[in-house]
Amino acid sequence: MIGVRAVYLIVGAFFAVVAITSARDRGNPKRWRATAFWGLFAASFLAGDRLGSFGSGVLAIAMVAIGGLGLGASRVATTTSGQREASAARFGDRLFVPILIVPVVTLAGTLALPWIEVGGAPLVEVKQVTVISMALGTVVAAAVALAMFRPPPGAMPQEGRRLVDQVGWAAILPQLLAALGAVFAAAGVGQAIGGLIGHALPHADRLAVVAVFCVGMALFTMIMGNAFAAFPVLAAGIGCPLIVRAFGGNPAIVGSIGMLSGYCGTLMTPMASHNIIPTALLGLPPGAVIRAQAPTALIVLTANVGLMYFLAFRF
Amino acid sequence: MSHLLSLLGIPVILIGLAARLNPLVVVTAAAIVTGLAGGMDVVAIVSLIGKGFNDARYISVVFLILPLIGLLERFGLQARARTLAARLAGLSPGRLLIAYLAARQLTAALGLLSLGGQATMVRPLIAPMAEAAADTGGKGGAASRDLIRAHAAAVDNIGAFFGEDIFIALGSVLLIQAVLEQNGVRAPPLAIALWAIPTALVAFAVHAARLRRLDARLGQGRAR
Repeated sequence: MIGVRAVYLIVGAFFAVVAITSARDRGNPKRWRATAFWGLFAASFLAGDRLGSFGSGVLAIAMVAIGGLGLGASRVATTTSGQREASAARFGDRLFVPILIVPVVTLAGTLALPWIEVGGAPLVEVKQVTVISMALGTVVAAAVALAMFRPPPGAMPQEGRRLVDQVGWAAILPQLLAALGAVFAAAGVGQAIGGLIGHALPHADRLAVVAVFCVGMALFTMIMGNAFAAFPVLAAGIGCPLIVRAFGGNPAIVGSIGMLSGYCGTLMTPMASHNIIPTALLGLPPGAVIRAQAPTALIVLTANVGLMYFLAFRF
Repeated sequence: MSHLLSLLGIPVILIGLAARLNPLVVVTAAAIVTGLAGGMDVVAIVSLIGKGFNDARYISVVFLILPLIGLLERFGLQARARTLAARLAGLSPGRLLIAYLAARQLTAALGLLSLGGQATMVRPLIAPMAEAAADTGGKGGAASRDLIRAHAAAVDNIGAFFGEDIFIALGSVLLIQAVLEQNGVRAPPLAIALWAIPTALVAFAVHAARLRRLDARLGQGRAR
């Protein structure tokens, strides 16, 4: 069975190449830090399971220490904007083909792979089929691109490093936030917040309770960086006992609009990978993506309070 | 009471981010403070961090696409995307992003979440096209370039978030149903998915209106 581990081996190999090319980058005065950082990330993908939890924790904290010091500015030889214009004129719309292959293969794989069996066992790990299909789509598209454009050898890994270095230390922030979520869960942060809110409003009126539920979902999501971590806490603390049971609200409406209120929080928090990755990928100043999203998030959150208040007790 | 102490990690995050310390360091410090306040020893905390870090590796599989995107950029992908945008008469950043928002929400509502994405669509195609659409209006500059790029990223997130919950078989609808059931409340997945539609419509209306104002701010709307 092809599992997510096979995908991790490919990702690990890529980051190992990034580490090796970083080591050869004499233009970066801090190249050994970059080499160590990406080398450790490669090790996490190649051998994270064998390292065990404690070993992986030490690895993650070492990456935090190196990343906190800074990875330096790398130098990668790429094409000039003039060369790019000429190349774009030459290849035309063929440049879009590999980009479109990725989602098509991802989609086809997600739909088809769960049905394929080899010797009575599923071909791929069905729970991880989206991740496996995405990796498959990327590899197929990369092979097509190499065949179509015939770049000089070494160009593809160097171009990959150019973009990886643009993301820089932020590359591990989403995984680190997930680790923080695991510590929060083990320490009972959710129950503590749920208990606090529960004590604060036992006999409030409907609108107040609905508002606290929706705004609480957004705020708690902002702290955790993830609405899926906030929802069980607020559903157990407010949504189910108060809005559904005590006030007779429709559970589908309470659940659906509650989760969507959490998403408003995701749009406003620096703790979410949805905001971290594009900020790094597009070379934007910190907070730029959140500033573009926050007004919409606040208006939708307000609308959600109104929608839940008017819909949940009527349907 | 020990539960309340576990909240100490939250001020660590708020103060650390406000002081503009490196977020990696802030998050790690918050995890250690939370664990210690929750009565764990250092080995247990480091192991929890390691397990959480390992279990979340699937998030970083998205970086596998960077060599492909970098290579296509080397051969002029973004330049071609700009040409494409310039060829479409009457295209403004706002109009392009409204169209992408609608497409992203609709496809996400059909469960086709993987058709979009920051690395696969926004950086190589949507952001350069939006920038090119602004350039034809004659307004450039790094500030408005960053503003347009940030809005390109925002549209991808907003479209995905307020579309995906309409699809019945996606993780979040199933999570809502499971959590409600744990609390002794039953709700059919179809109803949960359908009641995501009002918020989705509000989100589209609000954000499309803001994108029209973005055009006006960039000096586009009145010119045409």
